[in-house]
Order: sequence, then C-alpha cells, then structure tokens
Amino acid sequence: MPDERARTTRTTRTREPDEHDNAYAGLLTDDPRWAFGTGFEDPLAGVDTTVPDGVDPADLATYCLMLGDDALVLSQRLAEWTSNAPDLEEDIAFANIALDLLGQARLLLARAAAADPTQVPALPAGSPVPDEDRLAFFRDGTALRNVRLAELPNGDFAQTVARVLLFATWRLALFEELARSRDAVLAAVAAKGVKELTYHRDFAGRWFLVLARGTEESRRRLVAGLEALWPYRAELFATHDVERAVAGAGVGVDPADVADTVDAVLDRVLETSGVERPDVPPRAGVLGRAGRDGRHTEALSLLLAEMQSVARAHPLGQW
Amino acid sequence: MSAAGAGPRHAPGRQSLLDRARAAAAAVVDPELPVLTLLDLGVLRDVEVADDGAVVVAITPTYSGCPAMGAMRDDLLRELRAAGLPDARVRVALEPAWTTDWITPAGRAALAEAGISPPGAAPRRSGPVPLRLGPPRRAVRCPRCGSGDTEVTSEFGSTACKALYRCRACREPFDHVKEI
Repeated sequence: MPDERARTTRTTRTREPDEHDNAYAGLLTDDPRWAFGTGFEDPLAGVDTTVPDGVDPADLATYCLMLGDDALVLSQRLAEWTSNAPDLEEDIAFANIALDLLGQARLLLARAAAADPTQVPALPAGSPVPDEDRLAFFRDGTALRNVRLAELPNGDFAQTVARVLLFATWRLALFEELARSRDAVLAAVAAKGVKELTYHRDFAGRWFLVLARGTEESRRRLVAGLEALWPYRAELFATHDVERAVAGAGVGVDPADVADTVDAVLDRVLETSGVERPDVPPRAGVLGRAGRDGRHTEALSLLLAEMQSVARAHPLGQW
Repeated sequence: MSAAGAGPRHAPGRQSLLDRARAAAAAVVDPELPVLTLLDLGVLRDVEVADDGAVVVAITPTYSGCPAMGAMRDDLLRELRAAGLPDARVRVALEPAWTTDWITPAGRAALAEAGISPPGAAPRRSGPVPLRLGPPRRAVRCPRCGSGDTEVTSEFGSTACKALYRCRACREPFDHVKEI
C-alpha cells in the first residue's frame, strides 16, 4: 500500500474511486474481527430484542433456531452449485438465493441468542466469535432443528429446482403469516424475507415449467427429483410442540395452518407443468422424531463437517 | 463537507452537531453501487444525536444477506470521524423493510447515467403473494440506447438487488435494479 500515508490524511475519502478496490482499505485498525464471520459486529445492533409478554424465551429461541437452521442448511447446499451450475446465470441465481437465506439465518440465529443466551455454545474465554456464528459453527447435528428437506444432497439441477420450489413455497407462506408476529424482530425478518422468497419461488416455478415442458430427458429428471424429495414434504407441516407453543403465544406460525395455501400453489405449478403429484409415502422419522427434534439424515453430518471444520479448528481465530 | 476538521472540542450546539453529522453521513456512497449515496439508495434511515452526545446513524439492509452492511458501517464511521465526529454509532433498522421505492430521483438518475436500469414501482399487495410463472412484466428501457425492446436474461445478477437484461435493439446486456 504505497499510498498509505496519503490515505490517512485525506478527509473526503469515500468518494475516491479506489475506496473498495483495496481489500484492506476499509478495515478499521481498532476493530478486531472473527476471521470466519462477516465483520459487522451485530446484525441486530440497536434493535430492541425484548421478548414479548407471555412468551417463553426458550421456546422463542428454539423456534428461531428452527427457521434459522432451515435457511442456514439450505443456503450451504445451494452454495455447492457455485461454479457447478449448468450455466452462469443459474450459478449466480443459486448463489443469490443462498445469500438471501444466509442473511435470514444470521438474523434468526442472532435473535435466538438474544432471546435465550443459554442455547449459545460456550467457547474459550477471549473468543471473538459472535453468537450467531457460535450457533452456526459450534452446534452438532443433533442440536440443529432444520427440516430434513433442507439437508438432502442436491441431486441434479432439476432436483435442486424442485427442492427450491417446495422449500420457498412453504417458507413464503410461513413468512407471510409470521410478518404479523408479536415479536417485532421476527415480524421484521419475515416481512423482509417475503420479498426475497417471492423471487426464489418464482424462479423455481419458472424453471420447473421449463424442465417439465422441455425435453424427454429434462422432464424425466424433474419427475425423478420431485419423487425423491416428496417423502420429506409431510414433515414441513407436522407441528412440533415448540411451534404449537409459539403459535399459541402469537409469535410463531403453526405450519399445519399454511398447508392448504402451499398445496394450492404447488397444484398450480404441477397442473401448468402437466406433472402428477408423486404417489410416494412420507419418510418417517426415528420414533416419531425428525429434523425439528434434531433427528437428521446422514447427509447433514457430512454437510456440517465441511461447513464447520475451519471455524472449529480455530475458535479463537481473528485478525 | 465544509465542517470537516472542526473537532468536538469546539462544543457546537446540538443542531449544528446534527447538521454536520447529516452532511457527513449523506456523502457516503454505496460500496457496491458507488454511483449513488446511501441516502439516495434509501439505506440511510436516520441520523440523530443520542442523549449521551453520540451521533447515531441508522441503516437498513437492502436484502437480508446484504454483504455490504459491514463496509457501510465502516465507511459511515470513517466519514463521521473525518468530519470531526469520532463519537458515533451505527444501528440497524430492520423495520420497515427496505423497498426500491426509497431510491431517490437523484439516485435513479445516477443509476441510469451509470448504465443501470432503475427500478419501477415496487409491488403493493394485500393478500397472498401471487405466483408468477411467466417472465416478469416490467417496462424496462435499455439504459444505453433507450429502446423499450428488452428481455430478461435472469432475475438474479451480480448483486442481490439486480436482474440481468439484454437489449434486443442494440444487443447490449445491462443490469436492472429489481423491484422489492
């Protein structure tokens, strides 16, 4: 940085064209950073995170983990398409959808930590890792609350399109209701998420139609992908005790309540595409427990091993 | 930026402090769209002086995963510091959610000037979000040749807030800030 001295004496620097060309230029010298996170110290800085009256903080936190983990895990899966999608536009589309979901996850995990700090994994003293990153990188699979649909391997492009359609249609319906939550943070995250999920659902719906009406091979792959995912669909609408509790307290949504809405949207996509509803039974959990209870498929442990290994190897990592 | 260099030890009045803070914050540009300021983008929501005398700036993310929030915060704090206001904080305003309708006329002009098609009116709804299986219905003009004969290439582009378009008249690709 040959112009370092000049930089420090400038007074109107943000209009300089090179301000963001140098990756180090924007770093404040008195701002220690967790090396594996984003650097914005608190995604809820200055936001009122008081838990509303009559709401159990532990339930609210667990519910935020459920919705946050859904987004975190699917975001990680979609990011696997980066540099691997059939063409550049779809590569970028999956990366954008993954980024939106990661942002939702970050806010939701931060909200969970603020509601019930006891659920945040403890790290050695002096660790700069923020709460939402502790929750993302330092929980084992049995503590993750995502639905299994989010964690399944990607399969091919058609199967990923089918998954984004199922997931975004469901989550959009949940968030439209959640935008009226008594918890101001959840309501705000949901209201913002609705705008993003609308683009995700429409993207997947259009591709679903294109693949269904494309070649014999594209249609075959789409139908096979949908059938592979369909057994995990019933879990999306199975109400967990925590979901029932937060819905009763006016801060969460009972997923069973959006089942009809989601069905109507999916039926329209299927009818327009000329694809039958798959006739395959739901995949049972273990003794009635599934993703919301921390009972996952083997695929999640492999995903977490990749996602968490660097952070876990360096719990004090910072620069 | 005429106030730059005047330190807090000059003990300016509250209004003067606020004016300087507003001027400094209003000059900060968006890290990903440097042709327009955070104010023009509608991301800068509020500048106030807290009871403890600190300048508190509120910003809102364009998208939930906006990776530029950290850069925005750093840029704001640096600009305020350069204006003699080191006692400053940045807070997040999550609600109401950002909408492209907040991009100012000056911001829209700056986008068009930079070859980026500005957004139309954001959708306003009451009731369920309608499913759209067809291509987006937008009247988008090519920012280069002005033709209305354009087509969408992808609803997702180089940043979270942009879609990719192509002009059928001049054949050039361009970005469109998508309505949310």
